[in-house]
Amino acid sequence: MILFILKRIGYAAPVALGVTVVCFLLVHLAPGDPLSAILPVDATAEMQAQMRSAYGFDKPLPVQYGLWLWKVLHGDLGTSIATGRPVLSEVSRAVSNSLILAAVATLIGFTFGTFFGFVAGYARDSWLDRVASAIAVFGVSVPHYWLGIVMVIVFSATLGWLPPTGAGPQGSGNWWPDPEHLRYLVLPAVTMSVIPMGVISRTVRALVGDILNQDFVQALRAKGLSEFGVFRHVVKNAAPTAIAIMGLQLGYLLGGSILIETVFAWPGTGFLLNAAIFQRDLPLLQGTILVLAMFFVTLNLLVDVVQTALDPRIERA
Amino acid sequence: MSLHNRVPLAGTALALALTLTGPACAQGVLRIGMTASDVPLTTGQADNGGEGMRFMGYTAYDALINWDLSRADRASELAPGLASSWKVDPADRTRWIFTLRPGVTFHDGSAFDAGAVVWNLDKILKQDSPQFDPRQSAQGRVRIPTVTGYKALDPMTVEITTKTPDATFPYQICWIMMSSPANWEKQGRSWDAVARAPSGTGPWKISGFVPRERAELVPNPAYWDKARVPKLDKLVLVPLPEANARVAALRSGQVDWIEAPAPDAVPSLKAAGFSLVTNLYPHNWTWHLSRAEGSPWNDIRVRKAANLAIDRDGLKEFLGGLATSAEGFLTPGHPWFGKPGFKLSYDPEAAKALLKEAGYGPSKPVATKILISASGSGQMQPLPMNEFLQQNLAEVGIKVDYEVVEWNTLINIWRAGSKSDSARGGTAMNYSYLIQDPFTAFIRHAQCSLQPPNGTNWGYYCDPQMDKLFDEVRTTFEPKDQVGVLRKIHEKFVDDALFLMVTHDVNPRAMSTKVRGFVQAQSWFQDFSPITMAK
Repeated sequence: MILFILKRIGYAAPVALGVTVVCFLLVHLAPGDPLSAILPVDATAEMQAQMRSAYGFDKPLPVQYGLWLWKVLHGDLGTSIATGRPVLSEVSRAVSNSLILAAVATLIGFTFGTFFGFVAGYARDSWLDRVASAIAVFGVSVPHYWLGIVMVIVFSATLGWLPPTGAGPQGSGNWWPDPEHLRYLVLPAVTMSVIPMGVISRTVRALVGDILNQDFVQALRAKGLSEFGVFRHVVKNAAPTAIAIMGLQLGYLLGGSILIETVFAWPGTGFLLNAAIFQRDLPLLQGTILVLAMFFVTLNLLVDVVQTALDPRIERA
Repeated sequence: MSLHNRVPLAGTALALALTLTGPACAQGVLRIGMTASDVPLTTGQADNGGEGMRFMGYTAYDALINWDLSRADRASELAPGLASSWKVDPADRTRWIFTLRPGVTFHDGSAFDAGAVVWNLDKILKQDSPQFDPRQSAQGRVRIPTVTGYKALDPMTVEITTKTPDATFPYQICWIMMSSPANWEKQGRSWDAVARAPSGTGPWKISGFVPRERAELVPNPAYWDKARVPKLDKLVLVPLPEANARVAALRSGQVDWIEAPAPDAVPSLKAAGFSLVTNLYPHNWTWHLSRAEGSPWNDIRVRKAANLAIDRDGLKEFLGGLATSAEGFLTPGHPWFGKPGFKLSYDPEAAKALLKEAGYGPSKPVATKILISASGSGQMQPLPMNEFLQQNLAEVGIKVDYEVVEWNTLINIWRAGSKSDSARGGTAMNYSYLIQDPFTAFIRHAQCSLQPPNGTNWGYYCDPQMDKLFDEVRTTFEPKDQVGVLRKIHEKFVDDALFLMVTHDVNPRAMSTKVRGFVQAQSWFQDFSPITMAK
């Protein structure tokens, strides 16, 4: 197992290096001047040149990349051009906010997705299957930013039950899962959970259908095992794939949905990326993308390890 | 009860009444949804353009010269700020003498004096000074390009010198905010630390700040202008860059006021009982015409024809009434408007006649390319508005093709000039302008020496007569006479049809009917001090 983990880490290293190259180049390929975020529009050419030099944008791209990578390896993601604050602190704060949102959305999505998946899988081709599958298709198909706007119109603007924007009455500082903060979480988390719910539901439905058709299930029933006992075996067999899907979905959600977080002004990574893109804040953009990509790489690694622990056949393969 | 017993009792009652009256005077919390995506820079020179200065500049800070934002019925004018008076030295008109207001203190309790002014100018102009702040310098230095020196003459008098005599200097220095030197020392000489615990002299004190989420300001009871001590308990600023999110926040009661509601949300907001406050303000939405060789706009007849082809009232209706039709380059009724001879009426027949005179006609239309953006600060709704113009112009024989570029790219093309390769052969660009002072309104667009790369005369316009007027405005120190020169400049702008003058935004903001006492000044900045919140 340890050898397997070390091997997977070995695979992750070149991926991580590739990620640094891609996220550095991508933001430089995009049109727009990073200095436009901080310079008034009337800034003279001389001032622009001075600022370009101060931020190192006058150096060749490979040199800029080398300097940036060196700093990154030392734990320094640079300073945001637009705010002057360290990128690491900006990203850390945003990641912790997105983590709250993603965890709750995944929990909701996984719970309901698994439930609908099992219902549909067990009751294949019945009206229950059709209802559960319709909910799953709705979850996968509906544009979630549109759903977010509808939820805001219904539950905030019309009924006035829940706040439409922000992470808490005083912002995200000192966030704590008390009722006052949880009220702010409901709308974005439910909106965000719709996609993982749909994906997990469809996956679990297919898995359960396949497992139920396998010979060992018939054998278990023939041996006189109770239906609950059979269900436990089905769950155990479906778990590795479902967990892998959940891990991937958590990864997607951790990246923060730019649209969801913008609609709800949730101060997470999506909101941060949106601001960084509009302000051409290259260090912030690079830092945020890098941290998110690394999260994804790490999460995939963890999922591989957990899957292997659950199903040793994977290690042998 | 004897009189002796009654006196202390009455005194106690009076003291109690006064104690109770204090909190009763403070009237509520006002929460504002801004369009900015972050809380503007809190250290003094706010970023985020005009909105940044509106919420984090003139609230927490003062300049030597402020704006009078107390009236809605006329364009805002300069007013004494931390300088109680100022004058130019008659013997050397590059020397400005500012007499400072006595008894002013920063929020941290330290005194404001001439040393603080010099320290603040060093903060943005002197790169080797310990307090030099590149971020504030980027915002402030460009506002005072003519300053060559400054010194304290005595604790309450400051001298600032300019390269050449410049009567527009008071309009420049009003951008420069004064931060507390003592607070900078107290915060370990770190501007990052100052950003978290700022100190200015303004009517509001920044009491709380969560980056990208909110800022809280409380009244400064010791503010030097007692008439402008805020009446609210607290002002809360929330960045809400997404227009629908702002509307939702207002409708759900999460904020009491939003900046720039989406025009299509206005009817529903009004129906739901919210107030929509608008007013003229120094903004215009134009096409900046190139005068480079080969541009069709070099012919005044073509420029005038285009201006006569635009159905401005139709455009206003198209925008749901949230616009003011242009009558000139400045807003109608502006003190510098003057009496231009060329009227911006909608007259397609006159436009066609002018084009015919210029050698164009149905078989030979004017065909040209225009640079526009899909969105952008102050650009209103550029795509549908430009389509409206395209149709109007086509009807008189001006066929335009649009090159749509991203907003920041448009800014860079604007800086580079119409002759640059980045302009992609465009002969005009749709650009909206802040037109608040002589430099931003006129000089930067039209002075010969400010052609790129020396300035932002994007169209390479150059007219010795105009330059002469600019020289005159810079050397006319008597305010009334200066207004006379500015009127002549505006008349020339309109009579020579230097721009395609289309419309002015009306700075809409929607708010709860609980918001009382707000006077929307004809300015990019606003005064929040008189506001109260009804129960």
